[in-house]
Amino acid sequence: MNRIDPLAGLRVAVTGGTSGLGLALVQALAARGARVAFIARDAARVRRVAADLPTTHGIVGDVSRQDEIHPIALQVTAALGGLDVLVNNASSLGPVPLALLADTECEDLQAALATNVLGPFRLGKALLGALAASARDGRTTLALNISSDAAVTPYAGWGAYGASKAALHHLSRIWDAELREHGVRVLSVDPGDMDTPLHALAVPDADPAALQRPADAARLIVALIASTVSIREFA
Amino acid sequence: MKAAALPIQRPRDARLLVVDADGELRHAERSQLARHLRPGDLLVANDAATLPASLAGVHAPTGSAIEVRLAGRRSLAVDAVHDFSAVVFGPGDHRTRTEDRALPPPLRPGDRLQLGPLAASVVRTLDHPRLVDLRFEGTPDAIWAGIARHGRPVQYAHLAQPLALWDVWTRVAALPVAFEPPSAGFMLDWQLLHALRERAIGFATLTHAAGLSSTGDAALDARLPFDEPYHLPEATVQAIADTQRSGGRIVALGTTVARALEHAAAQGRPLQAGMGLATQRLGPSSRLRVVDVLLSGTHEPGSSHHALLQAFVDDALLRRTDAALEAGGYRTHEFGDSVLIEASREPGRRAERRAQLSPRQASRTIVRSGSTPGWAGLLRPA
Repeated sequence: MNRIDPLAGLRVAVTGGTSGLGLALVQALAARGARVAFIARDAARVRRVAADLPTTHGIVGDVSRQDEIHPIALQVTAALGGLDVLVNNASSLGPVPLALLADTECEDLQAALATNVLGPFRLGKALLGALAASARDGRTTLALNISSDAAVTPYAGWGAYGASKAALHHLSRIWDAELREHGVRVLSVDPGDMDTPLHALAVPDADPAALQRPADAARLIVALIASTVSIREFA
Repeated sequence: MKAAALPIQRPRDARLLVVDADGELRHAERSQLARHLRPGDLLVANDAATLPASLAGVHAPTGSAIEVRLAGRRSLAVDAVHDFSAVVFGPGDHRTRTEDRALPPPLRPGDRLQLGPLAASVVRTLDHPRLVDLRFEGTPDAIWAGIARHGRPVQYAHLAQPLALWDVWTRVAALPVAFEPPSAGFMLDWQLLHALRERAIGFATLTHAAGLSSTGDAALDARLPFDEPYHLPEATVQAIADTQRSGGRIVALGTTVARALEHAAAQGRPLQAGMGLATQRLGPSSRLRVVDVLLSGTHEPGSSHHALLQAFVDDALLRRTDAALEAGGYRTHEFGDSVLIEASREPGRRAERRAQLSPRQASRTIVRSGSTPGWAGLLRPA
């Protein structure tokens, strides 16, 4: 390849970055030379991943909590000197084990909405200034929201998760239409079923061998990021 | 003027006093700002996010409670987070007016300060009992985490409720480098940015580490603003050049933007992209080289922000402007109403843009100028 890798030096933040798809994304992005900040709730796990990947920046925080959003956003832009790509990957399943919607406690639905909708919305707003600043410098910048096929297909038992991911998917489409003129794209992607802690909570008896490995899904998402940021759109 | 006492960035009834280049005044609604700019103009904003610069803690040698307000930093570089200048207060909080706050215990070099999770020490005292250079311990990530989680935005006694970080970040806030909000930017929202595009008005940004607006001490306040680092992006330099070439006006959103742009163009040199340290003070004898129009909050006579307006209009017009703000019931302070002031047409107000300046003119540009970056700026007599 004689072109410069669009990922080299790219400033990327990944929520839920210490396990599953998020961790695979952090590893893949760091390996391609991106500058990565990742966010997760558990301080010990954050320390461990940051120690394993010394070029990355670990941030302890919970995106479902309103008062943690700005401290997270501040640490992201301070660590990276700005931001080109935000990956909202942290997800909540809602009730564990999965429950029919009529058996779902309101609190479990609220928890799913807080992590899967309000968190990406709030963090997206708090970091939009940084994404737009990077876009004014001539890049296409990106907020990438990790969705699910449960956002479009009504699977019984996946009510809280599916409804919250549907909201995130539609929020992404509207935001994309609004922000395109500012050089910021907002996309939602379905990585497919993967062998992750979240999937194990949802379907404990699934055969891991039949599931996609997170690293394989991460490779596709990294390719999507690379192709999006390397296109300069003129609104 | 009365203080705006609610932390609402864009009250629906926000007002705008427009002062045109011929000295005509008219009252407008701020939400209609785009109508008061012209197609081809360029609005330049400060996209700095505001740090939670107020850190409560303890002065270890005496055990005394203190509040440290971070006030200055040498550069905007990501890793330059160990060393800050700071203003230190004794016990108490923002409910006491800054002016009435107790002094800290006597501070000496080497004194350790425990500020929540952050450990710091006094590197040196400056020539005022409140003013120190301090150094944080730890990795840059740990220091940022400590500031982000333990710090609170600098509070104002005229506001009833404590400010949260989201109250002081503008809609375009990006890099967290301002010590107090670049509050003129509170008027921005994405609807306005869309309206600007619709009217073919450009929008660009720079990042300027807006400093403290008040230290609570007349001698220190007389030195404000302190030296402030800024970053001017290449895209903004290009947008300014394009605007000037096609006859549009450069509209600075806020005094920090005016200060940074005029600093970057000082001595008649062409605007250069990159880092700078604004050391000058704009005032009546400044010649404006870049900024044609200032869009800012309303400021009370006597403040350094108000003095900056004298670079745009003469005393008589400024008095008329102040009288119109007063009579019209405009609100002042960070969450108040706004003014749009175009530099007067009178000769000598704006520097010749394309002609080479004579050395005499160039030397008059800056009232107070420094060539040495760093803390020295804080120590120079005003």
